[in-house]
Amino acid sequence: MIHHPCFLLHSFLAESAARSPDAIAVVGDGQRITYRDIDRRSNALAHALAARRVERGDRVVIFGDNTIDTVVAFWAVLKASAVASIVHPQTKPARLGYLLRDCRARALIADHRLEPAFAEPARSSPHLATVMITGTAADPRVAAACERLAALPRLAALDDALADAPHDAAPPRRCIDVDLATIIYTSGSTGEPSGVMMSHRNMVAATASIASYLGIARDEVILCVLPLAFDYGLYQMILACSAGARVVLERSFAFPAEVMRTVAEERVTGFPGVPTMFATLLGMGSLASYDLSAIRFLTSTAAALPVKHIEQLRRQFPAAKIFSMYGLTECKRCTYLPPEDLARKPDSVGIAIPNTELWLVDDHGHRLGPDQVGELVIRGATVMQGYWDKPEATERKLRPGPLPGERVLYTGDLCRLDGDGYLYFVGRTDEVIKSRGEKVPPKEVESTLLAISGVREAAVIGVPDDLLGSAIKAFVVPEPGVVLDVSVLQRECRARLESFKVPHHIELRAALPRSSNGKVEKSELG
Amino acid sequence: MYDDPTDPQRHLRDFIVTNFYIPDGQPLDEVTSFLDAGIIDSTGVLELVAHVESRYGITIADHELIPSNFDSIGALARFIQRKRGSDGGSNDRLAR
Repeated sequence: MIHHPCFLLHSFLAESAARSPDAIAVVGDGQRITYRDIDRRSNALAHALAARRVERGDRVVIFGDNTIDTVVAFWAVLKASAVASIVHPQTKPARLGYLLRDCRARALIADHRLEPAFAEPARSSPHLATVMITGTAADPRVAAACERLAALPRLAALDDALADAPHDAAPPRRCIDVDLATIIYTSGSTGEPSGVMMSHRNMVAATASIASYLGIARDEVILCVLPLAFDYGLYQMILACSAGARVVLERSFAFPAEVMRTVAEERVTGFPGVPTMFATLLGMGSLASYDLSAIRFLTSTAAALPVKHIEQLRRQFPAAKIFSMYGLTECKRCTYLPPEDLARKPDSVGIAIPNTELWLVDDHGHRLGPDQVGELVIRGATVMQGYWDKPEATERKLRPGPLPGERVLYTGDLCRLDGDGYLYFVGRTDEVIKSRGEKVPPKEVESTLLAISGVREAAVIGVPDDLLGSAIKAFVVPEPGVVLDVSVLQRECRARLESFKVPHHIELRAALPRSSNGKVEKSELG
Repeated sequence: MYDDPTDPQRHLRDFIVTNFYIPDGQPLDEVTSFLDAGIIDSTGVLELVAHVESRYGITIADHELIPSNFDSIGALARFIQRKRGSDGGSNDRLAR
């Protein structure tokens, strides 16, 4: 099928709304909304943004939770030919202020319940032409918030602004597909957040690739409990939209029993998660009491699934395909492990996603062969346009590729390929611990700890040590009800690892600090 | 520190203020929703559970880990009181 010559990301919404207007597109906040209504509401909001001087290429920050309003706002910003950046609701005011200034946001669309977090950053952000808060001024809480925020430029309650705007068609399209669709902020290993710039073409390519290997169908019901502010969550909504399928929004996995009840009631077919979520699920004594028979696939990324969890998931979800995947925001996704290979290569992150190519290089940029560890390089249509306003950081990541003028992504991740071309994640180039002059990849020590009975989670870092350079320190979370003995853990590690990789210190914890997208915040360990 | 064993609210409030981030100007009264206000995420809930279990000597089952028991200081204080009062009896009925 040949698409419209300028197929933009929101063309997915237009197509699905035209094909199945009455299908339920999004379930969330106790509401169900059809494709027709998502389309019409986002048309109206796009007009409202345009009327408030949001123009082609302007950045619009959406500060909200996994709600229908956030979904509508996302599509509306694209329809206004602007660039959407969804920011996680737990973002602290100082960071939100930084993001608003960094991308020189022209508009802020914010959940009114988050007023204490956005009020001050919005006041001090010099580029805002308008601030819209969710709800209607007919609601006394929203009216009170509007009063407190009255000094903000062109302040409006979202529902009221929508009521006054035309719903039937979007504003005229100004973008072409190489224009930016989103900026997704990531916290790099050091320093300030970087805005990953993704064009419409990048995101359409990523959606097509992922939908093809997952086999996303029109009758899919996809759970989105991961934040829409991060690519993994956002793409669940986009994938569903691209197929005319349904996404079920949940605001958090804080209350897993609640989420699983929704999963059962909504007959969810696709369950995307991160390893901590699956660890929590498998730890639930009541898991078997939910009817999860509709689940057709599970996906996991952000970190490798421990082998023992893979086995347990296969037992708990015998009818589901399990996709172990790996990627980084800068190219959306690198690899997936075809479910049929899971049994024979459980610790591999798989092969390149469709329409992507990968290889490994040494420190001098020379390509490596099988079983050699080197930096992963990604080539393909999903590779980002760069970091917003950070040309030097961009140059470090995007370097010349095989064709003249082409740029490929140097991921900074250390990996290895086996003889069959399957990829194994080894560690970050900037994360390897140097202890006793030897290189210790934390990942390897973590996998070893996770294989020990009674260990639920593990994180390994280097801590300064006069004698060793860095000493290896492990943080271990026991399985519920299990009492672990540190000396036994060390003995087990000694039995399985080269001696320089055995942790010098092990600390038992009830939980590990995690960022909102599920990655362990090692900077907060120590 | 004052800690009325029959009313854990004050202690819970101290624990939350000390261990979680509350934006300036964010009210934290007995009905403030932790989720709505972005105070506690999924890791935070686990910390809260671990703390409540050790401090009050109770065990929390997964079906009890729901917003109506855990999403505000008032709800959590009432849940703890019920758990302690129930002495191992059925909490399902009481938790509704």
